[in-house]
Amino acid sequence: MADTAADMPTDIVGALRTPDGRPLKQALAQAERRARIRALVLVLPLLAFVLLTFIIPIGQMLSRSLLNDTFSANMPALTRWFDENPGAEPDEAAFEALVMDLRAAKEARTQGAVGTRINYEVPGTRSLFTKTARRADRIEPPYREAVLDVDKDWARRDLWAAMRSAAAPVTTNFYQAALDRKITPEGEFAFADKQSRIYITLFVRTFVLALAITGLCLVLGFPVAHLLAVLPMRKASLLLILVLLPFWTSLLVRTTSWMVLLQGQGVINDTLVALGVLGDENRLSLMYNQAGTIIAMTHILLPFMILPLYSVMKTIPPSYARAARSLGATSWTTFRRIYVPQTVPGIGAGAILVFILAVGYYITPALVGGATGTLISNQIAFHMQESLNWSLAAALATMLLAAVLVLYWVYDRIVGIDNMKLG
Amino acid sequence: MKKTLILTTALTGMAFAASAQEVTVMSWGGAYTKSQVEAYHKPFTAETGIKVNSVDADNPATPIKAQVEAGNVTIDVADIELADAVRLCDEGLLEVIDHSALPAAPDGTPATEDFLAAGMVSDCAVPSIVWSTVVAYNTENVSGTPSTLADFFDTEKFPGKRGLRKDPTALLEMALMADGVLTGEVYDMLSTDEGVDRAFAKLDTIKSDIVWWEAGAQPPQLLADGEVVMTTAYNGRIFNAQVTEGQPFEIIWDGQILDFDLFVIPKGAPNKDEALKFISFATDTQRLADQAAWISYGPARKSSAPLVGMFNDGKTEMGPHMPTAPDNLKTALANDFEFWADRKVELTERFNAWLLQ
Amino acid sequence: MALPIYASPLERIWHYTYLLLCGLIFFFLIAPILVIIPLSFNAEPYFTFTRKMLTFDPEGFSLRWYDNLLTFGMLEPGAPRDESWWADVWENAAWVKAAKNSIIIGFFSTILATSLGTLAALGLSRPEMPWRKAIMAVLISPMIVPIIITATGLFFFYSATGLANSYLGVILAHATLGIPFVIITVTATLAGFDRSLVRASASLGAGPVRTFFKVQMPLITPGVVSGALFAFVTSFDEVVVVLFIGSHQQQTIPRQMWNGIREQISPSILAVATLLVIISIALLTTVELLRRRSERLRGMSPT
Repeated sequence: MADTAADMPTDIVGALRTPDGRPLKQALAQAERRARIRALVLVLPLLAFVLLTFIIPIGQMLSRSLLNDTFSANMPALTRWFDENPGAEPDEAAFEALVMDLRAAKEARTQGAVGTRINYEVPGTRSLFTKTARRADRIEPPYREAVLDVDKDWARRDLWAAMRSAAAPVTTNFYQAALDRKITPEGEFAFADKQSRIYITLFVRTFVLALAITGLCLVLGFPVAHLLAVLPMRKASLLLILVLLPFWTSLLVRTTSWMVLLQGQGVINDTLVALGVLGDENRLSLMYNQAGTIIAMTHILLPFMILPLYSVMKTIPPSYARAARSLGATSWTTFRRIYVPQTVPGIGAGAILVFILAVGYYITPALVGGATGTLISNQIAFHMQESLNWSLAAALATMLLAAVLVLYWVYDRIVGIDNMKLG
Repeated sequence: MKKTLILTTALTGMAFAASAQEVTVMSWGGAYTKSQVEAYHKPFTAETGIKVNSVDADNPATPIKAQVEAGNVTIDVADIELADAVRLCDEGLLEVIDHSALPAAPDGTPATEDFLAAGMVSDCAVPSIVWSTVVAYNTENVSGTPSTLADFFDTEKFPGKRGLRKDPTALLEMALMADGVLTGEVYDMLSTDEGVDRAFAKLDTIKSDIVWWEAGAQPPQLLADGEVVMTTAYNGRIFNAQVTEGQPFEIIWDGQILDFDLFVIPKGAPNKDEALKFISFATDTQRLADQAAWISYGPARKSSAPLVGMFNDGKTEMGPHMPTAPDNLKTALANDFEFWADRKVELTERFNAWLLQ
Repeated sequence: MALPIYASPLERIWHYTYLLLCGLIFFFLIAPILVIIPLSFNAEPYFTFTRKMLTFDPEGFSLRWYDNLLTFGMLEPGAPRDESWWADVWENAAWVKAAKNSIIIGFFSTILATSLGTLAALGLSRPEMPWRKAIMAVLISPMIVPIIITATGLFFFYSATGLANSYLGVILAHATLGIPFVIITVTATLAGFDRSLVRASASLGAGPVRTFFKVQMPLITPGVVSGALFAFVTSFDEVVVVLFIGSHQQQTIPRQMWNGIREQISPSILAVATLLVIISIALLTTVELLRRRSERLRGMSPT
């Protein structure tokens, strides 16, 4: 309906009138607007629901990566001193503020929390806070000397730089940490040396493993999808069940199966030993390492590669290939120059989907990955549940989410979100 | 409308079911939780009618801290290690418990004097057991007889994977002792940067052979499955696998690290009164002794010791299996809870960075 | 796929290698799921085939792990198996409790996701829908965003609003996760929907509501049902969000499995896994039948 109005030359539309005398153009626009509102009203409840139970919670969580008031809330005097003396070296007043704050912190039992916060920036300083807070009541002026008497580490420049940046209401410290940038003894941020880079290594590992898994899925999925596409319908739908069954089977069930298969005393190793391929003492370690993660995740994500490939291959007419053969191309050339180019949309759809899912995987690496086969998601979970460094978890999550959203955008560009199919 | 009705009825129905008198206890899972269910939970419910929900965690101290800080506490009682109890109490995350309200020993000794750790424990926790971290091996998979901590780190002499708890406590101490540091000097050494470096350097020597475990039930399983040939473990879990499942495991008592477990109430626990009742019930002289019939951990009350008898199979004498048996204590190290209360966060961070490298 | 008669010997060899290769890949897909089924009948507490199992000695097989699913967590597992024993199972057995929770949470989250999702899909399929792509992107995002990010976001939000550790919280979260599946399947069904049928119905005097129930509904029902099944399976299989926002009262089957796997893969986990595989076979069959029915209804060739 909308199209018809637009297609007509404007002057004709402008001249036409509805029976009640309004210009047709206006009436059409009104009807169109009403239809749009009606469509929107149908979507609105769900949109509101998703915003409320998904988008807002995630946004709020991500904001923790920038906002952390542990220090400023529990060390008010020192925070004020930092505000009033930008860039200054700590003087007697600063140490006095420190002692006052630590005394109050000891009353409120928050010295541990403050120490933990600063310990994120300068490792090994948490005990400085707890120890000094314990003695804070007995510290007499001159404060600077007295505090340094408790521990000479209180003179460290990096410690004061860390406290200053922790006192700010908005901080990028957690992104610095997530990028392996640390405070140097001079009080500046700099990249950690190569060996002690953790998160960059982990991001790289996550992307490399996800890439390897995507590649394996493509290599394994392509021939199967091709077979399904060229087989007669009846046979193909039977074989398709073999692809869909893993897809419908619980993730935990599939991960459990792989643990049963991959263990040192598991089915695969037992079979290899029984066949005499391996000696009993040379059993392969297939689990609690990267091999375990790659094998299990390739199996779990393979259907996500096969299904989009299959739906594209189904639509490729065999006549092009036949034409190429009749023109003298070898079967290899036909495959490479005629068939593969036509499957590219399927490859794109499958590869990006598998990659997106692999990058954010948590359960399977947690169970079979050991120390070397875990991904960035596992580290986020670790900071959420164990180290309780929630701001760092949020910073890592933001970076992961940004990467996933870029991929999602690419997927939309190449495949179109509305073309996503399941089974 | 009808849908919402069904939904609300179902949900309120569940809410009512949950509002009966109950207490939720978080512990370490597996054989240890079972021993507590048998010795504490069941008799407690029988006597008071209060239902006990048992929940497990790898280390209950962590979820407790997360729950209190996020402001949604579901746990009423937790069983945690001494250093964690001191640390969490210092941070104001636990309810204060009045020790004088706890039941006295049968001979009238007040509770404050009867507990082994009474002097050192903060006012937030009540001790229940003495346990230790030991090295254990599967006799069927190890060629030869390892007998020291140094053997654990010697993959030349005893090839095969090693299981270790994914946590720096006890781990760093064991690394130093295996490296030749005397038990008396371990914590002095660990207090210096060089000592920490030395411990990690020792761990580096076996890093590629380590399988990390997190839940206490895992090491006996890893040993039984042959996934590792030797592992660190909580001594009671190994004992239970030996006695109740007949597994061919042996414990190396050399360099065992003794620790206490204590009951605490997280700040803001939903059933605080029931939690207090549960704790004073579970830590009386008889119950603590009863628990030893289910797992080889020593009761934390002096008055319980004479009451400890046989394992529940009716034929295994518990005495020699306890970490506190004189034969087992020769090279034992007592966990320095003050050291760990102060330094756990820092060393855990260092440990995690090391893991990822 | 028959070989053309002009195929060279090399091509023949390649052809059969290719078929063999495909066979191996299908084996890789399906074997891991099937291997746990016989193992769940193991009489020994191992996860590998014992000698007795391989020689089909009946002594090597038993139902003890299935029995364990009922008795684990019971107050009096040793009591005679009369009415009160079964009442004990129903009230206290850990796996039974978990199954009840999974079904309650799955049921309500499916209803929520399906009703809201179908409504939205109807709107999204209208040609006049504004900002279609952007809205679609938002609604499908729960499927794309890494689950750990969703779980942590919900953990803080629910802790602050008091929804944490409640059935309602888990149901809402699972509904959010199930929505993309409903949207995708229902819009796919509606994509082939002939809009002139609506106009025909209107011209014959039916109002929009009547048109929906008499014309659109029967045609999209298969899509809605398979969307609902997807949503149900999503909830039924979800563990990370439950771990973060549920308390012990919302113990579901996957969460119970997660605990079990991390501590020890006892064969009772394999027994649960076997039951779940059977359930997924049933669900898959239903979805396939529905899809074929939908295609028949819309007059497409069967695929």
